[in-house]
Formats: sequence, structure tokens, C-alpha cells
Amino acid sequence: MGKNIAIKADNISMRFNLSADKVDNLKEYFIRFVKRSITFKEFWALKNISFTVEKGDRVAILGYNGAGKSTLLKIIAGVLKPTEGSIKTYGRVVPLLELGAGFDPQYTGAENIYLYGAILGHTKEFIEQRYDSIVEFSELGDFIDVPVKNYSSGMRARLGFSIATVVEPEILILDEVLSVGDVKFRKKCMRYINQMLDGGVTVLFVSHSVNQVRKICNKGIFLDHGELTFAGDLEKAIEIYENDEQYGRAKRRRRRRMNRI
Amino acid sequence: MNVSKSHVIANFKKYRYLLSQLIIKDIKLKYRRSYLGILWTLVEPLLTMIVLTMVFSTFLGRNGIRGGLPFPVYILAGRLLYSFFSGATKGAMKSVRGSAAMIKKVYVPKYMYPLSSILSNFITFLISLIVLIGVSVVLKVQPDWWMFASVIPLIILLIMSVGVGLILATFSVFFRDLEYLWGVALMLIMYTCAIFYDADRLSKYKWLLNCNPVYGVIRNFRDCISGVGLHMPSLIYTTVFGIITLITGVVLFYKKQDEFILHL
Repeated sequence: MGKNIAIKADNISMRFNLSADKVDNLKEYFIRFVKRSITFKEFWALKNISFTVEKGDRVAILGYNGAGKSTLLKIIAGVLKPTEGSIKTYGRVVPLLELGAGFDPQYTGAENIYLYGAILGHTKEFIEQRYDSIVEFSELGDFIDVPVKNYSSGMRARLGFSIATVVEPEILILDEVLSVGDVKFRKKCMRYINQMLDGGVTVLFVSHSVNQVRKICNKGIFLDHGELTFAGDLEKAIEIYENDEQYGRAKRRRRRRMNRI
Repeated sequence: MNVSKSHVIANFKKYRYLLSQLIIKDIKLKYRRSYLGILWTLVEPLLTMIVLTMVFSTFLGRNGIRGGLPFPVYILAGRLLYSFFSGATKGAMKSVRGSAAMIKKVYVPKYMYPLSSILSNFITFLISLIVLIGVSVVLKVQPDWWMFASVIPLIILLIMSVGVGLILATFSVFFRDLEYLWGVALMLIMYTCAIFYDADRLSKYKWLLNCNPVYGVIRNFRDCISGVGLHMPSLIYTTVFGIITLITGVVLFYKKQDEFILHL
């Protein structure tokens, strides 16, 4: 069984210190230190989360705003370290969070391909081999030699997606990325993702669109205020997501606000 | 994350290419869109040397030999070493905050940022040493076997810069004020480095210079070029200082790096 596990989360908790006024200069810190008033309001974004994802599973992470979905993804991507508990991932994790965040605006598209590839932990040869297909997939043409600061946001997203996908992820993290680019490119991305799904890649997908989730995933996790309340069958998770009392309350609140406007 | 030693090495190997990419990026972007490009690493120190020599020898009437070296060589040696130290530590300090967007999105060993910034400064510094060699040849500095020993103070300076850079990078994440404070501290370091005056002329405040590890390095470097040989007390002091700052920097950075993201 051990070989088939892609992600194993063991009792993960994540605490953030919310201080009303952020102390980021020495004077403030010193004064507060002397007065012994460095107090933090604790906020647990995630509480005791345990789950395992098997290889080839496509897991939807559902939950309302502030439920801790993005925090969980960041922990899996290795960007955040959990306050408690441990996470183990088996295989190359490629996070598709905010495409092109690692780009240097002064660098050209071509240079950014190498830079971003290196950030994802690849060697020069690896990127050189795939350089042409990245450029081709991105459909940027001659713009590849223009500094990224002159790109439109759609172009940037296209380049980001192209780099991230060509590098053969084993665990793919998608955080509402499919809402970028024009229809044509989005379709191309979906085609590519489907192709990877057939190849048995493990996917973690965060989206509020139940339709998209149904297209991609086969399992679901439901997060509520940082707690894992359900993990397992996708349809059941969607059912919980749609029928949760809070969901209704939020909807009513939104309607009320709309009326006021 | 209980990271063992072998894990750290494996991780470094994996991200080796990233390190070289970051170094190249630093150097490339520094000189992009300038006509002389990388040649500025040679022209800039040469020009400042000329200005400083003019100011301090022509206007103030001091000339001739300083510490066994022609005045321009004396100035250039001091200035090159100091500006490497100041550039590297400043760059390292700003590197973590400057890469906030990346740190928040993708996992990368975080020491890559300060380290690449220090190493890129070191490479441009090594290139600019060509000017020093050229000027030394033109002004007929007698070659000596001790010249080869000048590598030793340079290595010590690099170690020191990495240590100080890591400490600054860590603290500047939590306290933004540090950038200004370090600017002032660097000024103090510069004036106690004896870049453009003769250290032997100071008698009362000589101890101040001896406390400054950067001065110790510069002194040893000059003494190696002029053939005087390494000054042992300075050598020991700077080596110990370098190793202590390196260990402090690595430990501090390592312990605090997981908190960076919460403060960026």
C-alpha cells in the first residue's frame, strides 16, 4: 500500500499570529518588549487535519472563503511549514498557483523560461530539451524575446501554464487557475490537464465551480473553518458543500446586501 | 522538517542550476540597457580611483607611496574590497524581501536568495580585480611571491560577507529599519577602513581600525600585494570573526526561515 500514496498529511495544524498592529520596526518592538505587551491574537487556519491521497486520485478541496483551502495547498506545496503535524509528499509537486508569480519582469519570456524552470528545480538540460515545446504551447511567437513587463496578464498566464505543464508533474496543485486566459487557451489547458489525468497524475484542485470540479475530480475534501469535516466520495462532498447551513446563510446575507444596494 | 545533512546536500544539488540562474540574473539585470554593459565593473572603479587620487594627492598634496604601494593602487585595493563587502551585504539583506512574491508561491531553499546575491557581487568583484592588476603593472608594483597569498584575505572576506549577509537578511524580514541602520553602519565601516588615508598616521584611534574586520582584510590584502606579507594578528582576528559570523548567520537563518513568509 505504501507505494501508492502520493500525499500523507498527519495532524496538520497551522497557526497565524494576528497582531492588531504589525510590529515591524525596532523601536516599536523595543517599547513593547519593555512594556511586556507583545501580544498576539492566535488564529488557527487549520486544525488537526489528517488525510491521505493515493496516486492518481484527483481530489477537490471544497470549502467557503477563509476555510483554509489555500493555506492547505501552500503547506502541500512546501511554501508554508505547518505549526504542528507533518506532511509527506511522494513525487514532484508542481503548484499552479497564480501563474507567473516567479517571473522577473525585466527578463524576457525566453529567459524567464529558464529561470522559472530552475525555480521548479530542474536542470539546464531538462529545460533546453523542452524549450521549443514550451514556446510552442504558449503561442507567444516573437513575443518570447520581449521583457515580461510588457506582457498582458493573459500572455503571462499562458507562459506560466506552459512552463508548469511541460515539466511533467506527478502531483499537480490547481488553485482556480483555470479562470485565466481566453476561451481558446483555457480549452487547450483543459485538454492538457485531461491528458495528464489519463497519464495518472495526482491532482489537488481548489475551485468554487462545481461544474469544473465534477469534470476533473473523483474525490472530495470538505474544509470548514480550518477543520476537515469530510473526506471521500466527490458527490457527497459536493452535497455537503451545497447544503451546508452556512452556505445558505452566506447566500442570504449576500442577497440582503444586494437589496440594500 | 527534520532535515539531515545528506538531505541538505541533495537539495542543494537539485537547486544548483537555480543558484547559477539567480547569479546570472543579478549580473545581467545590473548592466542591461547600459552601453558599456559588464565593462562598467572595470570602468567604474578606475574612474573613482582617478577621482580619489586627484582629490587626495593633488588637492591635499599627499602623494607617493602608501604602505609600500603607489597611492592609486592603495586606494583601488581598499575601495574594491570595501565596495564588494558593502554591495554583497546590502544585496543579501534586501534579497529575501525582494523575492517575497516568489517565496510565497513556490518552494525554493531560501538561502538561495542571499547566497546568489553575494556570489554575483563576488563575481563582478573578481572581474574588477583586472583593473587592479592593470594599474599595478602600469605603476610598476614589484611582483612578489606574497601576491599569491592575497587569495587568503579574499576568501575570508567572502566568508564574512556570507555570514553578515545571512544575519542581515534574517533580521531585515522582521525589522525593516535595518536597511537604514546598516547604511549608517556601512558608512562607519568605510571611514574606518583606511581606504584613502594612511592608517599608520593615526596613532590615537588606531584601535578603532583594528576593531574593524573589513579593515583587517584590506590591510592583509594590501600587504600581500606590496610583498610585506600577512599580518598575523589581523589574519587571526578576521578569520575568527568570519567563522563566527558565518556560523551565527547560518544558524539564525536556518532557525527563522520558516517564519519569513508570515512577515513578508
